[in-house]
Amino acid sequence: MISTKLYIPGDSAAVSVGADEVASEIAKLAEAKGIQIEIIRNGTRGALWLEPLVEVQVGEERIGYGPVNVEDVAGLFEAQFLNGAPHKLGINNVDELPWLAKQDRVTFRRVGIIDPLSMIDYEAHGGLIGLRRALKLSGAEIVAEVLESGLRGRGGAGFPAGVKWKTVLDTQSDIKYLCCNADEGDSGTFADRILMEGDPFTLIEGMVIAAIAVGASQGIVYIRSEYPAAIAKLSAAIAIAYEHGLLGENVIGSNFEFNLKVRAGAGSYVCGEETAMLESIEGKRGVVRSKPPLPAITGLFGKPTLINNVLTFSSVPAIISEGASSYKSRGVSRSLGTQVFQLGGNVKSGGIVETGFGITLGELVSGYGEGTLTGKPVKAVQIGGPLGAYFSTKSYDLSMDYESLLAAGGMLGHGGVVIFDTAVDLAVQAKFAMEFCAIESCGKCTPCRLGSTRGAETIQEIIDGQNVAGNKKLLLDLCEVMSDSSLCAMGGLTPMPVKSAMSNFPEDFENRLAAKV
Amino acid sequence: MTLLMEPDFGTPPSKESNRVTVTIDGISVEVPAGTSIMRAAATAGITVPKLCSTDSLKAFGSCRLCIVEITGRNGTPSSCTIPVAQGMEIATESEKLSRLRQGVMELYMSDHPEQCAVGDNCKMHEMAATVGLTEIRYSGKTHLNLPKDESNPYFTFDSAECIVCNRCVRACDEVQGTFALTIENRGFEARVSSSGTSFIESECVSCGACVQACPTGALTEKTLLTIGTPTRSVVTTCAYCGVGCSFKAELKGDELVRMVPLKDGGANEGHSCVKGRFAWGYATHQDRIVSPMIRKSITEEWQKVSWQEAIEFAASGLKRIQAELGINSIGGISSSRCTNEEVFVVTKMVRAAFGNNNIDTCARVCHSPTGYGLKQTFGTSAGTQDFESVEHADVIMVIGANPTAAHPVFASRMKKALRRGAALIVVDPRSIPLVRTPHIAASHHLQLMPGSNVAVINALAHVIATEGLMDREFINSRCDLESFAQWEAFIRLPENSPETLEAASRVPAEDVRKAARLYAGATNGAIYYGLGVTEHSQGSTMVMGIANLAMATGNIGRKGVGVNPLRGQNNVQGSCDMGSFPHELSGYRHISDADTRAIFDEKWGVTLQPEPGLRIPNMFDAALAGEFKGLYIQGEDIAQSDPNTIHVHAALRAMEMVIVQDLFLNETSKFAHVFLPGTSFLEKDGTFTNAERRINRVRPLMPSKTGKSEHEVTCDLATAMGYPMSYHNGAAIMEEIAAVTPTFSGVTFAKLDEVGSMQWPVNESAPEGTPTMHEERFVRGEGRFMLTPYVATEEKVNRKFPLLLTTGRVLSQYNVGAQTRRTLNVIWHPEDTLDIHEADAELRGIKDGTWVKLASRVGDTIMRARITDEVPAGVVYTTFHFPESGANVITTDLSDWATNCPEYKVTAVEVSPSAKGPGVIHEHDLDKDLQLSSIIRMANQIAANIPSTGAPEIEVAHHIVQFWTPVMRRRLHEDADKTLLSPVVLKALELESAAH
Repeated sequence: MISTKLYIPGDSAAVSVGADEVASEIAKLAEAKGIQIEIIRNGTRGALWLEPLVEVQVGEERIGYGPVNVEDVAGLFEAQFLNGAPHKLGINNVDELPWLAKQDRVTFRRVGIIDPLSMIDYEAHGGLIGLRRALKLSGAEIVAEVLESGLRGRGGAGFPAGVKWKTVLDTQSDIKYLCCNADEGDSGTFADRILMEGDPFTLIEGMVIAAIAVGASQGIVYIRSEYPAAIAKLSAAIAIAYEHGLLGENVIGSNFEFNLKVRAGAGSYVCGEETAMLESIEGKRGVVRSKPPLPAITGLFGKPTLINNVLTFSSVPAIISEGASSYKSRGVSRSLGTQVFQLGGNVKSGGIVETGFGITLGELVSGYGEGTLTGKPVKAVQIGGPLGAYFSTKSYDLSMDYESLLAAGGMLGHGGVVIFDTAVDLAVQAKFAMEFCAIESCGKCTPCRLGSTRGAETIQEIIDGQNVAGNKKLLLDLCEVMSDSSLCAMGGLTPMPVKSAMSNFPEDFENRLAAKV
Repeated sequence: MTLLMEPDFGTPPSKESNRVTVTIDGISVEVPAGTSIMRAAATAGITVPKLCSTDSLKAFGSCRLCIVEITGRNGTPSSCTIPVAQGMEIATESEKLSRLRQGVMELYMSDHPEQCAVGDNCKMHEMAATVGLTEIRYSGKTHLNLPKDESNPYFTFDSAECIVCNRCVRACDEVQGTFALTIENRGFEARVSSSGTSFIESECVSCGACVQACPTGALTEKTLLTIGTPTRSVVTTCAYCGVGCSFKAELKGDELVRMVPLKDGGANEGHSCVKGRFAWGYATHQDRIVSPMIRKSITEEWQKVSWQEAIEFAASGLKRIQAELGINSIGGISSSRCTNEEVFVVTKMVRAAFGNNNIDTCARVCHSPTGYGLKQTFGTSAGTQDFESVEHADVIMVIGANPTAAHPVFASRMKKALRRGAALIVVDPRSIPLVRTPHIAASHHLQLMPGSNVAVINALAHVIATEGLMDREFINSRCDLESFAQWEAFIRLPENSPETLEAASRVPAEDVRKAARLYAGATNGAIYYGLGVTEHSQGSTMVMGIANLAMATGNIGRKGVGVNPLRGQNNVQGSCDMGSFPHELSGYRHISDADTRAIFDEKWGVTLQPEPGLRIPNMFDAALAGEFKGLYIQGEDIAQSDPNTIHVHAALRAMEMVIVQDLFLNETSKFAHVFLPGTSFLEKDGTFTNAERRINRVRPLMPSKTGKSEHEVTCDLATAMGYPMSYHNGAAIMEEIAAVTPTFSGVTFAKLDEVGSMQWPVNESAPEGTPTMHEERFVRGEGRFMLTPYVATEEKVNRKFPLLLTTGRVLSQYNVGAQTRRTLNVIWHPEDTLDIHEADAELRGIKDGTWVKLASRVGDTIMRARITDEVPAGVVYTTFHFPESGANVITTDLSDWATNCPEYKVTAVEVSPSAKGPGVIHEHDLDKDLQLSSIIRMANQIAANIPSTGAPEIEVAHHIVQFWTPVMRRRLHEDADKTLLSPVVLKALELESAAH
């Protein structure tokens, strides 16, 4: 008797809406009915509104059902879902789901498809091609390829990855480090986690390639402690990678040695700032360092250190396996390749949307997101995390790339897109930005340490209708001090949501008392 | 005089050699590459506003006031964190910069008191005015109601005034290296914290670096709050340990407000410890005696008298003794706490006015083996380096020293080098803090048994000699090859292997081998040692063993290497330099040398005796023998500090004219007939010479509280003795020192005032002094290797005394505690305790904190036990800061074979629970002819330690002639029971008789 293969995501997002219970209910009923099934806990496909999404392997196709609740399971068996039969939750061939099919999945190509910890699966889906090629190239050749690809840091700053790699490559040292920033602390972002849970070998492969490129012998993945499943999954993947010789003294039989380990964060947002992360890895308080010196020259324990985000490293295997030209054929102007957007907040069809740069905000919010979950009109969209700008629907034509967003007073950040309906009060959101900064500021530099609290207090006075004109002037003065004299992006960017809220939603900062009365 | 303001360049100097030129506000300035924009601006005379930066700390970049604009670059970066680049054009002022700075100050001042308790010492209001802040528009929550931390006796922490600039935290980390402070919480809640507890309960060592670094009134000396802002300052030198820190003493009128370490101080470069910065209150303590006092016998009450009466009483007593017992029946002891000038006049008084060579100094009981050992090997009796040298070392070996307690400011410098990456080898019976301290861990801790130093140094040298790790090139070009050949043959013997010596030292042979390889393999290997080396029966042998090791590995004569004694007292180097030893005139010239004597004879108009005088322990023996009855003691409490207290007391009691010159009545003054009040360092005008041979000025802050300077009193006594002496001031004494001492010939107060400090030799060939010695050649020409056979001390454990006691000091107290016990430092160490390992304590039923009786073969006392793993099983440890517990009741008469430096570090003891405490001294009878038994013991010990190759009897005879008085030699010949003398001594006696 041939067993039927089912895919039920083990990803935290799916688990949070009952994927574990659904999986065990399906296993239980199958056993009771004497049906042999094999359940694979894959990552999520990223269509989060469909979770738990149960996929049944029928021939070459994977027929999807979702969102599946435990109560739906008996009915699915009755409807013969194991044969791919129709059901009210059925979505047919998942690969053909338009929401997924129209995306351009490069970095996320395997996420949700493979068994995350199966090296066989990984290789069967194109894994290790990049690494095998990299081992035949010199460090400089790899760096040149990355430079050529136009890949920019996906953590938020968008600094050309190849330039940073070259700096580390060119810095002489007895030891060099690789640090992967997986301290994904921005609200409304989750791509790093989904990748680490759904396709951890891609990150490992990307880091090994980077290590070869810059000559690093030790890598560390710094994962926020709020991601226990990602920590467990990546740790397990690292152990398997050692077993398969991807890591250790002789990477895939070569003379190249690279060791990798996971370090859990300790609950500080600012440790997502690269220098604070280094301090944290060194066992110190997560406080931002002044730059210079650049971490690429004087980084972890004072040694040259290549720091990239999860998505940056994870984009590398595809670039090396398929070549820079393939990657850079996507995107627009200086924003090349694909961006993994994360649609969240008050959204109907949220999740991972990987496409080339240049998609418009409207396409993302209306096309993929299909508006709000509550059904009310969209009022505001915050792009790039809690320190990103708030845009109104007037900006739907905005091209989603680094330069266009910058020109519009915003930033792409880590690609988070958070949607709000008309119930949102942008003055309160502006205050939230300051409060967030007050809680998460490392406390080192004055504008951020004191300015964030003073900012929240001042906005509260505006909300309370006190000296509104004077306080708005004060708030703008404060925003200049914070953005132009803060030590790092934390304090420097906090004014962005505040100022964008003030300029794009001026009505929320006027006549507050009148509105209340 | 005004308040000295030292310039603050904001960031430390760059050590790069290539220079770049930049333009700042239109002014072109050339600075070393790597210099911060802030420092470059300061160099050009441009002040950039700053709060979080100061040039003793690495740039931090937190206050954001020092922002500048750089042509061609975006934004407004902080000038403290950006290094200059060739051709950079920088503007420190613009409308935008001004606006941003006002914005930052507006934030600061929205959480700062309107008025600060420390007035101008808080920089905030001044800075607000500087940047043009006129209005604070914010309202909201503040930290102004946070409670003050008053727990430290010397400074307050007022969090309300704190701007979280981290200067205190960074000073604690970078300058002091204690890591006691941190920032708690994040964002607005971020606060400076002594790691979650009060300052006094924290790891804080109260060095005050944080107070000095604080730009506001958050961390403030309590004296600044009670006395007020100082109006003038005087640069002077600390009078505690041998580091010799330079300070700005800041005064309001004649009242000392605070001591601020001088950034320009060569020894300390702006750092200090709890003693130097804070523990000066003793100088005005109510116990200070300021009037001379006399009494006919020690059972009588003291009577206050005039200076004249006291001097006449003392002189007549001394003269009467000399008339009765001969010219050699009196003597003097100079103090390593006093200035070079004060010491010099005491040596002159003894040699010229008393007419004998019975002058010794307290260095006898600490570093006399250093003098002997380094003179034998290198040719001069001093350390080879300056302190700065440690920053160039790759491997640092610390032997028998506990720098974080005894030389804290140097320890901070050493810790800096260790944190930078220098490897550390610790040779010590105890787990001293350096073995493992924040960001530092010793590569090897050779935890030897007390008394086995020479076994370990020989084992280290054996490994280096037999494993081909010697620096042949250095040896061949710099050392005496005959002595080297002998030494190499000796050290290669299997008896010197780590495996053989493991039995004596209990240090695993493999550890010794690894440590030897580490030291020998260093580019720059430096050895630092303390009294744990010298205060042993083989103290001098050990010093020579260290010198051998350094020569064999070529670690002499440049920066980063050397043999460095960590001198105990502020002027112990100086008191030795000044000719305080009975066998030596100033500059370490033997009294038997006719040419040297001629210089003094001519200068002083006397004829010096050519034979050495009595050493301190010899004086005690001579007193008990009835030959020595008059003693002038300058600032030393021998009754507490010297070993075998009962012996010392008996000797003092046997004298008829004991003159004590001191600040306070002390244990010794209980046996004195004349008390001459001394002056504190705040009243002195002279110089101290520190452990790196650095001559520093000591300047009077206030007039002498006794109405006389100390050297004046000495001169008065000499004059009353019939030899007129007088000097206008300290400078005049230094003139005489320079005239008779070749290594000091270039030293004058005027020159010192001009350059700050100089390291001797200062003469025609080295007019600015000599930071590193033996650079081209050794002082004695070629470096001489000395044979160093390991001879176990006679002090051995047995069933009755199964534990070994070793002694030392703590950070907060200083030696006999005469000063520190009279300061608030007692909060840290209110009594001496006996440190004992848990296993030894358990075996004896001893609980932590309970009274225990500590007994040795010579005495017993009572103190509290402290159970700790800082000592290994079998070893106990105590300090000797308090007379109540009198640790030296326990220590024995055993001493270094060559110099008679007491063996404080090894005493066999037993410890048992006691119902009460602290201890009282039980006097008991001593040997009848203690002098003769000492002479026999010393002679046999010399014979046992002088190597048996060649003709040891010649060496023994030579040694005795060099260092013993004629009376002692006569008694050895005539009175000693020959059956008690070793064969080598007997042969030496034959030789000497033949020579006569």
